[in-house]
Amino acid sequence: MLKHWKELLGAGQAPGSAGNSSLAQKTPGVGPPPQSRQRSEGVQKRQSPGLEQFFSSIRDQENLSILDLAGASQANISFITNLGHRIYSDDIIRTLEAAFGGPGDFYENQADPERVRKFMSGTLDFPEQSFGGALVWDTLQFLAPSLLHDTVEQLYNVLQPGASMLAFFHADEKARSVPIYNYRIADAKTILLTSRGTRAPAQFFNNRALEKLFSRFQSLKFFLTRDALREVIVKR
Amino acid sequence: MASMPQRSPETHNEMPRGVAALGKSVMVKGQIFSREDLTIDGEVEGTVELQEHRLTVGPNGKVQAGIKAREIVVLGAVHGNVEATDKIEIRKDAKLVGDIKTARIVIEDGAYFKGSIDITKGDVAKSQPTRQQPRPAQEQPPATVAAAAEVKR
Repeated sequence: MLKHWKELLGAGQAPGSAGNSSLAQKTPGVGPPPQSRQRSEGVQKRQSPGLEQFFSSIRDQENLSILDLAGASQANISFITNLGHRIYSDDIIRTLEAAFGGPGDFYENQADPERVRKFMSGTLDFPEQSFGGALVWDTLQFLAPSLLHDTVEQLYNVLQPGASMLAFFHADEKARSVPIYNYRIADAKTILLTSRGTRAPAQFFNNRALEKLFSRFQSLKFFLTRDALREVIVKR
Repeated sequence: MASMPQRSPETHNEMPRGVAALGKSVMVKGQIFSREDLTIDGEVEGTVELQEHRLTVGPNGKVQAGIKAREIVVLGAVHGNVEATDKIEIRKDAKLVGDIKTARIVIEDGAYFKGSIDITKGDVAKSQPTRQQPRPAQEQPPATVAAAAEVKR
């Protein structure tokens, strides 16, 4: 049975953001900076409770293989290998654009069986239970429903029992397009976001839809933040 | 300290003096063994071994091979598994698709890499998951994975 928790994070007041009355109030003058996300020259620094939970889940383990779909970066490679793990990197956004980009509509092309076959065979084609953790970031929201289902199914297959997977979903249902980010790990609970363009997501997910998407997994944990990214930790 | 070989001022050839080199128009299919530093700016298909030396894949180089060297610098394109006892550098605009085993790795922003990275310390090499499809010029051993069950309430 799928179990899930909702963890409400008091990340401080972001200017202009809609408040949530159930969020814990911070003691004035005490604690972390008032914004969970700081910006500097196009690079956004973001505190990530999901990332913190992910690394906490593998803290006492060694020699895991970690799947990182953000694309290879010195930051992510160094951080994960310095923990004593192996890393498998793939720039899934780039792969998606190569597989389903023009001519034609990006999401309509994801219904082409031949394109889907090529994408799946070149992307998550690993033996079962290969990975002790996966960082899929926000890539899943750029998959049309059918491809999304197949990809989540494959992620389930390649993850070891008990492995955690971190996924982000943009929560602003009114946004016609969302930024596509490069995700770089700064430390165990901080990521650096660099925009690499925008795209309309295939669909928006509420909590119920995410529960249904990850129904095969053992557990699901949401982190609700004040900004537009919903963080989800899924346990295989 | 310059990591690229120095250019000879005496010739128009871009390959440096004192370093073995395959020029842009050279294509090799087969096995390459070298006992000196090597720069590849042409096309190579097969295997490349320079146990105690440095291999540089130049900006025009296209290597579809398994590579073993002390140090590997990639400015062009490599498709194959790569093993360096010391260091691997993947420069901006370079492309490497394959699995890496090395003691150190440097990857610049703008470089493209797809594959696994196994940091080896000493002679201990860790096993890693392998794809179902075979890699060029190498045969993959079956992966061994230990399952770890964890239940969260």
